[in-house]
Amino acid sequence: MNLVNEILSQINPVSTQKYTFKDFQSDQEVRWCPGCGDYSILAQVQRTFPELGIPKEKVVFVSGIGCSSRFPYYMNTYGFHGIHGRATAIATGLKIARPDLSVWVATGDGDGMSIGGNHFIHACRRNIDIKILLFNNQIYGLTKGQFSPTSIQGQITKSSPYGNIDQPFNPLTLALGSQATFVARSLDRDPKHLQSMIKRVAEHKGTAFLEIYQNCNVFNDGAFELYTEKDTKDDNVVVLENGKPLIFGKQKDKGIRLNGFTPEVVSLQDGKFSADDLIVHDEKDSMLAFIIANMSNFPNLPRPIGVLYAVDRPSYNELLENQIKEIINKKGIGDLEKLFNSGETWEIK
Amino acid sequence: MNKTIKSLEEVTIRFAGDSGDGMQLTGGQFTTTTAFVGNDLATLPDYPAEIRAPAGTLAGVSSFQIHFGAKEIRTPGDQCDCLVVMNPAALRAYLKCLKDGGTIIANSDNFIEKNLKLAGYESNPLEDGSLGRYQCYPVEISKLTQNALSDMNLSPKLVDKTKNFFALGITYWMYNRPIEPTLKWIKEKFSNQPEIIEANTRVLKAGYAYGETTEIFTTRYEVEPAQLPPGKYRSITGNEATAWGLMAAAKKANLELFLGSYPITPASEILHELSKYKNYGVKTLQAEDEIAGITSAIGAAYGGALAATTTSGPGMALKTEALGLAVMLELPLVVVDVQRGGPSTGLPTKTEQADLLQAIFGRNSEAPIPVLAASSPTDCFDVTFEAARIAIKYMTPVIVLTDGYIANGAEPWLIPKLNELPVISPKFATDPTTFQPYARDEITLSRPWAIPGTPGLEHRIGGLEKSHIYGNISYDPENHDFMVKLRAKKIANIANDIPNATIFGDNSGELLLVSWGSTFGAIRSAVENKRLQGKSVSHLHLRYLNPLPNNVGDILIKFKKILVPEINLGQLIKILREKYLVDAIGYNMVRGLPFRAIEIENKVDEILK
Repeated sequence: MNLVNEILSQINPVSTQKYTFKDFQSDQEVRWCPGCGDYSILAQVQRTFPELGIPKEKVVFVSGIGCSSRFPYYMNTYGFHGIHGRATAIATGLKIARPDLSVWVATGDGDGMSIGGNHFIHACRRNIDIKILLFNNQIYGLTKGQFSPTSIQGQITKSSPYGNIDQPFNPLTLALGSQATFVARSLDRDPKHLQSMIKRVAEHKGTAFLEIYQNCNVFNDGAFELYTEKDTKDDNVVVLENGKPLIFGKQKDKGIRLNGFTPEVVSLQDGKFSADDLIVHDEKDSMLAFIIANMSNFPNLPRPIGVLYAVDRPSYNELLENQIKEIINKKGIGDLEKLFNSGETWEIK
Repeated sequence: MNKTIKSLEEVTIRFAGDSGDGMQLTGGQFTTTTAFVGNDLATLPDYPAEIRAPAGTLAGVSSFQIHFGAKEIRTPGDQCDCLVVMNPAALRAYLKCLKDGGTIIANSDNFIEKNLKLAGYESNPLEDGSLGRYQCYPVEISKLTQNALSDMNLSPKLVDKTKNFFALGITYWMYNRPIEPTLKWIKEKFSNQPEIIEANTRVLKAGYAYGETTEIFTTRYEVEPAQLPPGKYRSITGNEATAWGLMAAAKKANLELFLGSYPITPASEILHELSKYKNYGVKTLQAEDEIAGITSAIGAAYGGALAATTTSGPGMALKTEALGLAVMLELPLVVVDVQRGGPSTGLPTKTEQADLLQAIFGRNSEAPIPVLAASSPTDCFDVTFEAARIAIKYMTPVIVLTDGYIANGAEPWLIPKLNELPVISPKFATDPTTFQPYARDEITLSRPWAIPGTPGLEHRIGGLEKSHIYGNISYDPENHDFMVKLRAKKIANIANDIPNATIFGDNSGELLLVSWGSTFGAIRSAVENKRLQGKSVSHLHLRYLNPLPNNVGDILIKFKKILVPEINLGQLIKILREKYLVDAIGYNMVRGLPFRAIEIENKVDEILK
């Protein structure tokens, strides 16, 4: 038994106390701008964690650099504020070394999609069992307002005074294209939905990716107001529920159907279409997941939120632990001294 | 006929041929047999840079050099005494390595027009008198091999494949080595292919008998066993020794070993080696890039593993920012830089020692990191082990510098006993009542290692400046000044925990040579030779480059002149001049090749003139 396991085995039993959201609040003063969407995300995480049944000391939040990456300081768990873009790689090493931990990454659209894009796609591909919360505000906030890889074309920012000409990433299709096994989206302004998504993320085994639309009220205010404001959100957001048809609208009067491979909005009131004609969401259907994820690229279609895709595939750390077990079964636990003395040796007297 | 036997102190042989000629195997067998008879030795393989270079071309030449002797052997040898060449390209590639008067054994059957052309020869050097300075022995190795196997009904291709054993047989005879170890090896290696055993055995014996009976060879040589410390030995390359050093340190510390690494020449073998040992408590991640290599290792270190990342110069450059993070976090980490020719992609398969300043200083701001360098293939084990000890004790990243020359080179290794290796005893914080993330051990100044999973120790660390003791983010000017100085002091204090540097030769005199890394062997041999000639020369070799041992300054002032040979434009010399205000002289060659002892000796002569 190595030293880590020895120490952990002495901590017996691990904490099983019932937590409240206060247990997850650290003693650090929260320093986001007043009105920032990050406050809501922090609150929903802190409210959800008591329900997850994970001992506080087993939770690690890892982050990179950016406003979102201050997150670990405010969670009364283990926290690791890394360097720009590398949180997923740090988390990967930590999870491999310590599969007993619940490892979370708090990242943003700059940190996770730009400088950390490579680590992000490879985490998804490996399906390492880490949870990635992407705070997407479509702007660089901490550096005071440059366009990010999710900023929309035409967006006026400090570094795009004549309008952004970069084509933005769609984080959902990027994650799906990177072979992620869990892909979901939620909104800072929808606490209930966000909480339910955090719970789903926690339950998933493998890389779980949650994109959270987050308002930066200083540098990109209102970027998502169409999807968050009371009078517009119902007509512009479709909430995905597994096994249910894609229906939206204030009066639940609109649906999405597939015309060939193209999703289109249809009225459920003019007698032409009924709920039976609509796309029925299936979280395990990867083709459908791509189609739904792609809807975000078309302004005439509502933004999907919810779990787009969730399938079981052995995680990297699970495969590794199994491989280790197999090798030990076959060869026994390695004896270093024997290894040194194996093969061609000779004696000098 | 009567053959004379000449006794030699040391011999260097190079086996060279086409990639398909089995030169690595031939060299390996010669090495095993030579180790078996008790000589000290060092070896260096030289593969073509291209994976499959065309047959018969210079680019396709593969070779293996062995230096062995009745005395201590420290390098794979400067110039060769004997060059075994299987084709014209091999002769063309390595003739420049042969001493005047040296021996050439050439497979004359391969010196046909096509091969001569490919090697760029206008006429056959075996016949045109151009090799007059050497003792050249053209031998019809292919034909003699065929003759030895004529009654066996083997395919011509298979027959051709055994011809390297003929060449091996000749060299065994010439250097008076027993053929039995190789016969035994053939039997074991091809245990279910009796035909191949028979063929290889016959050809090896035929080669040996050829030496014995043919009239062209008049002299054979004898090299007495060396006086080596008693014990069990094996051959080991620098990269293997590095991998095993990490494993030994993890074992002694009772920690899991984690390696995060991205493939890069000439460091990849460390990743290959460690990825074999999943049943030894070793986990390896072939990361998506160099940055993920080191950051995943930092994550694993945070979780309580002995974490390492291995790379070469360009990879080191990419890891720079993360090294600063490791300094700030104060987590243990071993970083191995197997140096190669640079800058940029440079000479990936060639050696250089030009990453010293990068290792010591190459980060933004004040980010002190201990730096150690290995002096030989076997020393890679000890240095890597020591790096891990320092990393864990002082909660710091430590950089180990090796290079392509010692990473690929091999030498006999006196197999250590695990219980005789130094103790490494990591201590994890467990007590919530006294825990502070940036509290300090009074002696080492290191902060506690507090791993996730420990109740009550939940805390946050990161790259932002931390307040002393409490570890909260702090922008306080006084605190920053204090922490910058504290981090520097912590690393500087390691000088009190490392052995004093030892001097070879007299403690004072005319000239001191100061070196670090893989130039050790050539420089020590040169100094030894000069001392035998009565010259007032001593040698100081540095294993610890940051911090330097406490006694270096006292040593330097006792010599009139100081010479610092380096395979760079003068990096250690800068540090010595700055730190000790000495007027040291540099000797700098950056050819992608190791120094030769003779070059150092010439430089010494020039200075002492």
